[in-house]
Parts: sequence; C-alpha cells; structure tokens
Amino acid sequence: MQSWIPLVPESASTVSWKVDALYFYLSGVTLFFSLLIGAVLIFFVIRYRRRTPYEIPRPVAGSHKLETIWTVIPFIIAMTMFAWGARVYFDQYKVPENAIEVYVVGKQWMWKLQHATGQREINELHVPVNRKIKLIMTTEDVIHDFFVPAFRTKADVIPGKYVTLWFEATKTGRYHLFCAEYCGMNHSGMIGSIIVMEPREFDDWLSGNTGSTTPATAGQQLYQTLGCASCHGANGEGGRGPTLVGVFGSNQTLQTGETVRVDEGYVRTSILNPQAQLVAGFGPIMPTFQGQVSEDQLLQLIAYIKSLHGAGETTPTTAASPAPAAARPGASPTRNIR
Amino acid sequence: MQAIESFEVPAPPKVNYINAQYGLKSWLLTKDHKRIALLYLGSITFFFFIGGIYALMIRLELLTPQGDFLQSTTYNKVFTQHGIIMIFFFLIPSIPATLGNFLIPMMIGAKDLAFPRINLLSWYIYLLGGVITIYALLAGGVDTGWTFYTPYSTTFSNSYVVAAGLGIFINGFSSILTGLNFIVTIHTMRAPGMTWFRMPLFLWSHYATSLIMILGTPVIAITVLLLAFERVAKVGIFNPAMGGDPILFQHLFWFYSHPAVYIMILPSMGVISELIANFSRKNIFGYSFVAFSSLAIAVFGFLVWGHHLFVTSQSVYAGMIFSFLSFAVAIPSAIKVFNWTATLYKSSISYDTPMLYALGFIGLFTVGGMTGLFLASLATDVHLSDTYFVVAHFHYIMVGGALMGYLGGLHYWWPKITGRMYPEGWGRFSALVIFVGFNLTFLPQFVAGYLGMPRRYHAYPPEFQVFNVLSTAGASILGFGMLIPAIYFVWSMRYGRHAEANPWHLPGLEWRTQSPPPTENFEVTPVVTWDAYEFAPREETEIVGKFGPELEGI
Repeated sequence: MQSWIPLVPESASTVSWKVDALYFYLSGVTLFFSLLIGAVLIFFVIRYRRRTPYEIPRPVAGSHKLETIWTVIPFIIAMTMFAWGARVYFDQYKVPENAIEVYVVGKQWMWKLQHATGQREINELHVPVNRKIKLIMTTEDVIHDFFVPAFRTKADVIPGKYVTLWFEATKTGRYHLFCAEYCGMNHSGMIGSIIVMEPREFDDWLSGNTGSTTPATAGQQLYQTLGCASCHGANGEGGRGPTLVGVFGSNQTLQTGETVRVDEGYVRTSILNPQAQLVAGFGPIMPTFQGQVSEDQLLQLIAYIKSLHGAGETTPTTAASPAPAAARPGASPTRNIR
Repeated sequence: MQAIESFEVPAPPKVNYINAQYGLKSWLLTKDHKRIALLYLGSITFFFFIGGIYALMIRLELLTPQGDFLQSTTYNKVFTQHGIIMIFFFLIPSIPATLGNFLIPMMIGAKDLAFPRINLLSWYIYLLGGVITIYALLAGGVDTGWTFYTPYSTTFSNSYVVAAGLGIFINGFSSILTGLNFIVTIHTMRAPGMTWFRMPLFLWSHYATSLIMILGTPVIAITVLLLAFERVAKVGIFNPAMGGDPILFQHLFWFYSHPAVYIMILPSMGVISELIANFSRKNIFGYSFVAFSSLAIAVFGFLVWGHHLFVTSQSVYAGMIFSFLSFAVAIPSAIKVFNWTATLYKSSISYDTPMLYALGFIGLFTVGGMTGLFLASLATDVHLSDTYFVVAHFHYIMVGGALMGYLGGLHYWWPKITGRMYPEGWGRFSALVIFVGFNLTFLPQFVAGYLGMPRRYHAYPPEFQVFNVLSTAGASILGFGMLIPAIYFVWSMRYGRHAEANPWHLPGLEWRTQSPPPTENFEVTPVVTWDAYEFAPREETEIVGKFGPELEGI
C-alpha cells in the first residue's frame, strides 16, 4: 500500500483530465459553499445562543430580495456545472473515426475480448498508447459495465444490443478494469486489466499472438456453414437477398419507407429477427437465426460483413503504428498521435 | 412571552390515549391515530435493527480486501436485504407513519385522521408486506440488489425474488393509503382559523410527500408485478432473449424510486423546519418559500429519474435534459437550507438534543446535496456512477438527512407521545457520537468512489483498504451511538421524568393539550388565531430588505 493517500486516480486517457478539471471545479465550488454555510451556521449558533431562559427574539419578515438572490445565484452556478458536464459527456461518448475496433463480450463473470486481427483475450486488453480504441460490446447474459477508472469512462453492457465505448490512452501501464454493474455471484471477481503499451511493444505482442483466425475470416466461414450464401451470394454480392457488399455504414431504405443506417445493431436485428426491418424490394423469406448463433458468432458475422467493401477500400487493421492507417487511401491520418 | 403563557396548561393528566383502554385487543383494533403511530413506531424500529445488523455485516466484510468474513453469495444477499429493509420498511414509512400519523391531526386541531379505519388497515398491510419479506429473507434471501435490475432478477437469480417483490408490492398499498389519508385530512379537517398559511411547515412537507406517495407508488407496484410476471410466466417484458427491454425496467423502477428519495427526505425537512423555528424561538424566514419548495421538490422530483441511466447508452440529448432537470431540482433544497440558516439570525438558540439533530441535519444534508451535483453533472457521473461515491452520497441524504430528522423529531415530540422526558445529557452525547460516527463512515467513501472503487464488491483491490477501515471504524461508532437512544427511550417510558403539557414552551397546537394527549386530542376544538411559530406579537416584526414586509409566516 502506498504511504500516502491519493485523492484522484491515475489519469491515463485523453478525457480523464477533462473529467478531473470538472471534478476540481465542482469540488471547489461545493466546498466553498459548504464551508460558508457551515461557518455561518456555527457563528449564529454561538452568537445567538439562548442567554436567558425566557428571552423571545423579535420575529423577522422574509425578504423577496434575499430569496431571489439565493435562488438565482445557485441556479447560475448550477448551469455552469450542467453545461461543462454536458460538454465533456459528448467527448466521453462520441466515438471518433479511425478507431481500432475491439469486440467485447461480457458474461458471468468474465470479459471476453477479441481484436480485429484475431487475438483473443480474457479479462485483459492490450492496447497501444496514443491510439483511439473503440469497443463494440455486448453480453451473453445480464447487464455488466465496462469501467476503467484511469480513463474516467464506463458504459453499461446490455444484452440484446451493441454498446460502443472509446478511449485513447495517454500513458503506458496497467490499469484496473472493473465490472461496475452488479451481475450476480462473482460480480467482484469480474475484474481485469487494460495494458497500455508502446506501439512497438504492442506490435510485438500482436505478432506473438497470431494463430487465431480474424473475426472476419471466422465470420466468412460461418457465412458459408449457416447457408447465408444461398441467398446473399457466395461473396455477399446478393441474390434473392439484398447485397451485403459495401452496405455497412451506408443508409438503406426499408420496405416501410424509413431509412436506417446499417450499423452493428441493424445487422444483429437482421440476423436474429429478419422480418423486423426488411430492405425495400425483398420479401420476408429469411428464417430467424435466434438461438442458433452465439454472441461471439454474431460479432464474427458482423466483422465479415464489415470487411465486404467495394473497390478501392481495404480492411481495417489493428496494428499500432500509424503507417498502415496513413497509407489507407482516403483515410485521414490519426490526428492525436504525438 | 405573552404568546406562550397566554394559554392554560392543563393539570397532569389522569386519562390519556395510552391508559384510556387496556389489553392487546385495544391496541390491535384501535382507530386512534396516536396508537397506530405507536404500532408503526414499534414495527419500523424492529425493521431498522434488522437493517442495521445487515449494515454492520457489510462493514465487517469490507474491513479487509479479501472476501473472508462472508462468501460472495451471502454478501450479495446481505447488501440487497439491507437496502430492501431500510428503504421500503424503515425510511419510507419512518417519519410519515409515526410522527406524521401522530402529529398531523394534532397540529391542525383535529380529533383524528380523516379515515381512521384506513389508517389501521395501512398498518396491517405494512405488517403483511413485512412478514412476506421476512419470509423471503428467512427462506433463502434475495440477491438482486434492492434495485432488482433485469434480466438478472427475472432470469438469472436463484433467490426469492418473487416473494420479496410481493412484500414490496403489498407494502406499497400501505404507503398509498397513508398518503391519501394525509391529503384528505389536511384538506378537510383543519380547525377553525387554521388556514393553509398558518400551518406548520411539517404539514406542508407531509402534504408534498403524500402527493408523491399517491402518484409514484402505483408505478413501483406495476413494475414489481411485471417483474414477477416475467419471472413466473416467462413472458418477455424485460429480458431481451424473449424480446423484452432490460432498460425499460430501469426507467419504470426509477420513475418511482427517485421520487421515493423525496418521500424519505421531505418529511424530514418538515421536522427540521419545526426544530429550527421552535428551538430558536423565531418564525421561519421565508415561510412561503420553504412551503412551496416542498411542492416544487415533489413535482420536479418526478422528472429526473433519467439521471440514474447516464451510462446505459441512453441518448446523449435525453441525458442532457435529465441532467438539466436534476440541477434544477437542487435549487428548492438549497432555498430551504438558506432559509433555515437565515432563521437563526438574531434568534435565541437552545442546545437541546432535538436542535443538535437539526443542526447536524443541515450540515449533513448540505454535504449530501452538494455531492449530488457531481452525479447530476453528466461527465463526472459517468466516472462516479456505481462507485462508492454514490453510496456515500445517498447515505448522506438518507441517514444524514432522513434519519437525523427522524431522531430529532422523535426526541422533540417524545414528551408529547409518551408523557415522559428522555435524559437530556445522554441525548446530547449520543447525538454527537452519531454525528461523528456517521461522518467517519461515509466521508472516506467519497474519496474511494472517485478513485474508482465499485459498489457491491465483497472483495476489492488492496489500495482501497484504508478507506474501508475508516468506514468500518465509523460504522462501529455509529452503531454504538444508535444503541444509546434505543436504551434510554425504552428506559424513559417507565423511569423518565413526567413531561408537562408544554415542556419546550412553544406555541404550536400540539403543545396546547396534555402530555400524553387524551384520545380525542383536545378537550374542546381549538380556534386558531395565530400563525405558525408566532412567539411574539406580529407588531414587533423586523423588516429586512427594501421590498417591504411579507406578512406570511410572521
């Protein structure tokens, strides 16, 4: 144990200092007013203590002026806290472009993580420093919560949908990963580490952990074995079912006339409950795959569909060094690299 | 002094509501609001001690980082049951069902509540809910957390969820009936001359509380029912595997459970208004602002539930609205604190035990309210939600606020309720012990929370131990402090000094009848010609500020 008691956890992400700055502002303002009220209270209690048993003080009429002052001033201060908090909230939850994707599946009582390049981890996540990491998360059973105090961010991981969370670590090291939503018997054992490494070390770690197939490749195999190819085409080019090439991230018009953005959640719904959001021009002929594919397999199918790009695009990468990202045609180099 | 000495103090009573009838049956079938208040007092005290034992078990387990005293399964049940018992069976009924039941008719000069039979029924419903919940605890316990989050509670937990839910469901009706009774009573049974703006603020806060009880409690009843329905009948409402939405449960749950926080704190604020005014012999500064702030809290309290869902990938814009409203609901509470403090200016403050609790309340409630701002603020809430910061914050509101008000009120009205005085020296001593113990327990948890210690962990990384050792030490002091009043209250019922009708020399209606009061409360129906807290003639009123006098509350 440390010989001194820290008041603030280690700050290791691009948003953590923003949260800390707001925290110090809130602490300063609330401490000031708490101490002020406390001091006035103590002063009054001593100054106006009862001196004789039968004394009756003069009654006082209220004052609209004072009431207005102590309504308006706290309200204005509260609004500064509100605005500042909302501003940083957007930074915490708005997932930036060009982030390295990692798939996360929570289950009682462990975290299963898989990199886009195929490396699997349990309760540990190795990431390069100064790179944006996007977590695409779901759970096999109950609600969990992915919480990294050093990054000042967390998100509930909710069954039946995908939740995204992002961070960009600014310091190498090993940081706590906690499940912050009570999830049953071994909730307090559902802890792990985020290991932030120098890019070179991370690339070494990646290459030392090959052997597992990438989620996209695994998804391609599943695509064949589940018989998707019979309607969507051997390479997703379409047929009786709509094409899958280049649809991810695009907007699709549905039979109802609505437009949806094809994201992880839409693909998930289309596999598990195909009738729910039919693409315009196609009949309700697809069977449901509810109960036939696991959460891991769903993510692999999604990864495969993501990999089906039109001409001129390449598949995303997990490599830490900025070179491949910069080399990607049309992709802007990651800005926050120092 | 004329205002206080101008009324007759009846001679020491021979017949009062306690000795008017004897026998168990006379208690169990009573329709007297004062006796029903005592039935409630006994039963909530019983539940408070069960909840307290769970609290001490939690603190003992957390003394060391390893899960060595309790296994995780046991620990999960212990913190769940601590929450269920303390919230549904102690805090929510605490002040309304005991002090409110006893005092609302007395403060408005009525003989009883509007519906005495419904009042007794509400106690039996409470008891039935309590018995079923105790059955759930004894049969094997519940491990879902008091929040019953789905799908854990509906599909994954192997504990007595339905039984505990049924207990809470039934108990809710007791709350609804109490609220209904209070509203009708305050509307229809005020004595001649007791206008709305002459009512003590205790009544305003109970009126606001009753509104929440009536409007909010049906929602938790529906929610628990749906939960039981999914669990038993396997119908997909909340479980996504069956087509449900787990977050829907959280919306429904917090739609009641956030306002429920105000069910706990508003009555306590009413008690504090009484204590501050009466123990400083001064009319409450800004009476109408304090009165209407209670109603504002009741109304706005229904619009902030979404701040419990800032990390559930709720839309960021919904998050912004809920954050804004959560900051807004803090303002009426701040107004109360400022007015209480201003009341003390140029007053005559006594240091009797109830006043010590009132001053403690202002301090602790201020900390609780201020730390609430950290959780209303979106970005800090993302980091702090489900950490010990939240635990510390709501204990400052519920223990530092609601419980301090309850204990202060119990000491204040004890002579009226029992006709006996509690020992003042022990009272002050225990108030100080409780204050110190409470702060030592919960202040360190704010730091542990910001450092990232998650709640509901029975084992934790060793760097958090120092905070937990402090907390456990504080909880031991707090537990010891709670035992002292438990002992001297029981002692005083037999050996305490006989109380006069008006031991504190106050103008309120409840002090203008004997202690303990007769069954019908007043010999003759009083006619009210004075305002609340009118210690001195209103001609002597001092005017503050330019805007001229306000005659309310003087």
